[in-house]
Amino acid sequence: MSEKPKVAWYWCASCGGCEESFVDLAERLLKVFETFDIVFCPVAMDFKREDVEKLPDGSIAVSLINGGIRMKEHEEMVKLLRKKSNIVIAYGACSAWGGVPGLANLYNLDEIVERKYLEIPTIENPKEILPTKKTIVNIPEAKIKAELELPEPLPTLLPIDKVIDVDYYIPGCPPTPDVFWNALQALLTGNLPPKGTVIGALQRSLCDECLLNETKPEKLLVKEFKRVEKAIPEPNKCLLAQGFLCMGPVTRGGCTALCIKANMPCTGCFGILDGVVDYGGKAISYFGSILDYSPMEEKEIKKAFESIPDWIGTIYRYSLPSAKLSHRAGLKRSKLMKEVFEI
Amino acid sequence: MAEQKSEFEPKIVVYACNWCTYAATDLAGTSRMSYPPNVRIIRVMCSGRVDPQLVLQAFADGADGVIVAGCHPPADCHYIEGNYKAYRRFELFRKLLGAMGIEQERFRLEWISAAEASRWVQVVNEMVAQLKKLGPLKPNMEVRE
Repeated sequence: MSEKPKVAWYWCASCGGCEESFVDLAERLLKVFETFDIVFCPVAMDFKREDVEKLPDGSIAVSLINGGIRMKEHEEMVKLLRKKSNIVIAYGACSAWGGVPGLANLYNLDEIVERKYLEIPTIENPKEILPTKKTIVNIPEAKIKAELELPEPLPTLLPIDKVIDVDYYIPGCPPTPDVFWNALQALLTGNLPPKGTVIGALQRSLCDECLLNETKPEKLLVKEFKRVEKAIPEPNKCLLAQGFLCMGPVTRGGCTALCIKANMPCTGCFGILDGVVDYGGKAISYFGSILDYSPMEEKEIKKAFESIPDWIGTIYRYSLPSAKLSHRAGLKRSKLMKEVFEI
Repeated sequence: MAEQKSEFEPKIVVYACNWCTYAATDLAGTSRMSYPPNVRIIRVMCSGRVDPQLVLQAFADGADGVIVAGCHPPADCHYIEGNYKAYRRFELFRKLLGAMGIEQERFRLEWISAAEASRWVQVVNEMVAQLKKLGPLKPNMEVRE
């Protein structure tokens, strides 16, 4: 019996949604288990880092990595997996471009930690306990006494291709089961595009497969931008034509326009199209194009742009760390790194 | 040679529209007007052709300042409303720069007609002086240092 190809699945700074998408393969999962031998998968199986280290270099056929690089541990693990694997795939928006956690690149670590542990309304932390490098866990009843060490955080979040060489990208937040399945088929048949390509999704923008495309007017112009928090989109009419900030024109297709079918504008989780170098730059370009005011109507233009409170979160929701300006300029080195982690 | 304490010389990338601003830079040259050599002029067909990606690319690749320049609104644009598009795009683009911690003064959108060579010289002079005050831009510097 010939050996089944080995697959590893690792998570970095991830929310768990990508793992869910794996389970969402449903009965197709049986086929995956039949075809592949899973050698490492912290979310579901009890293999340790040592088990990966023991494998010969290049013995893993495919490593799927989801989540961005936020801590030293992530960096070490993806480097190890790169060494052991033939093909490394960035799975999901976070590992491909940084994802939602990548918006943390607008702040330095101290600001993030203070916000998370002290300021947000849902937190109760009367003793103001902040993360420390080492924690002693002592539970006498269970006879547990151990010292736990927190891996050192990195100053900013990075997409995995800034740390290791990535062969392919599977887009989405999370990738839809069909996109994942398409990508698996491509891997199994060996029918793979050149290195560095996005697999499983379309090569064209979302509008191309959107059902509402037919209702898009010839010349798209709007007088105001709307948000779903404040207005309800009319169904069966192009959301852009109604003034909602739908990222469809600058986003890769392949998700079958799921959000639009639910009457929600696209937020751009399938990421940039081939030939685009900066997702946010392209988005600005088109939002600027469709606003129907001349430069003499300065006030109206300002008002339209000010109606959207968080532009960075809108245009770089999934891709700030891979943008041309990947984090806020002049971020100071954090106290947390200096004093707690002594680096 | 005696060692000189070199003053910071900003690098400025200029996207100049073929019909107005580029002609103005030409006129400045033929009129023998002098201005600082810190500008790198890239001729484009229209200011409406300048995708904000190009400006981001310039900043990321080491430009200390960027000027996008085109024809005066309302009616100078060779393509009727290219400058309208440029105006709206870069109005929004300024919000992005602000959020990314880059000083607003590092980016200018200017309307300079083919006859306004002196305006061109004035813009370059102002920009160079401004950037010398601000110092070099390091947008993607390693924060770990």
